[in-house]
Amino acid sequence: MIADSLLDLIGNTPLVALPRLSPSGRTIYAKLEGQNPSGSIKDRVALAMVDAARLEDGQELLEPTSGNTGISLALVAKLRGLKLTCVLPENATPERRLLLGLYGATIVDSPAEQGSNGAVRLAQELAAADDRYVMLFQYGNEANPRAHYEGTGDEIVRDLRRVDALVAGLGTGGTLMGTGARVREAFPHALVVAAEPLPGDPVMGLRSLEEGYVPPILDVSKLDRKLLVSNAESVAGVRALLDREGIFAGVSAGAVVHVARRVAAELPEGSTVVCVLADGGWKYVSAPFWTAEDVERSMERSLWW
Amino acid sequence: MSVVRVPPVLRDEAGGAREVEASGQTVRELLEDLTTRLPRLGEKVYDGAEIRPYVNVYVDGEDVRTSGGLDAPIREDATVVLLPAMAGG
Repeated sequence: MIADSLLDLIGNTPLVALPRLSPSGRTIYAKLEGQNPSGSIKDRVALAMVDAARLEDGQELLEPTSGNTGISLALVAKLRGLKLTCVLPENATPERRLLLGLYGATIVDSPAEQGSNGAVRLAQELAAADDRYVMLFQYGNEANPRAHYEGTGDEIVRDLRRVDALVAGLGTGGTLMGTGARVREAFPHALVVAAEPLPGDPVMGLRSLEEGYVPPILDVSKLDRKLLVSNAESVAGVRALLDREGIFAGVSAGAVVHVARRVAAELPEGSTVVCVLADGGWKYVSAPFWTAEDVERSMERSLWW
Repeated sequence: MSVVRVPPVLRDEAGGAREVEASGQTVRELLEDLTTRLPRLGEKVYDGAEIRPYVNVYVDGEDVRTSGGLDAPIREDATVVLLPAMAGG
């Protein structure tokens, strides 16, 4: 296999069966998005957004991110000769911060207690104040779900003859909207199921509900189910993937597999469930939850999705 | 009787409590009961007809917007979680 550019290796990720985690009589497949060049599914979105943008000389990219999108954009920016500033919540994990810097992005911190909502708000203020900045804006950019429709979803329907449910994490909504739409085209009865993180209290320091944020690309009516997963349940899912299937996946992937197993068990025998594992476990190696007695407590101050 | 978990942004309206109680046979009845017991809290979540836009209500871990809406029946001792709309990525 030869590629002229690392960016050509984005997408076309493998599905792997999870025979030891699938409930009896059902098959769960995991799509390994951690195998993208910068380590997460966001490589698809970053490339699609940059390709769709019309950037003028002297313009720089600015993006709010909890980490993965920033890292992906930093890779694309580096290979396309663009400058990138990421607005990152202070409590994003150290690996994300390090990787962003290594890939060449400038980081601006947003308040920890406001999570990604705070990053969005600050990024919008910065972009409005300086003409140099172009905010591609993963939360509102149609290139995001389109990348999943044309990539993530199309790959799934080419690989499988049957899909009864699609399970993915809910961050911006891009994966669920885009992949869900493409999967439903091929398999109209397929359920589209969101795994949603239950943030720790310290990360929900909004001053009012009006500081809440619903991504413009997200249409909740297109979801069949939307299930909350705690940090502890997510980590249990991460451990199950590693212990039983040898797959080292990230925190949101743990949540997704937790939900996938539940959904699969509720579907009839013979059903096939596809779950999208957004990244690998490598960015979480120095996280405290591996050895913590109280997993929930050890995770509540940070952003994991 | 259900336990309703209150996020930090709404604890003022719950008199500082992290958890309060409410009951109802449907989501709607529970929200109406919540509004009767704690009007300031209830009003932030429920406008008398719908759940307000920047709030999510989960019953036994599932968002009511996708699990049958406000008139869906709920268990006697369901766990209810209120959350502000938070993005990720």
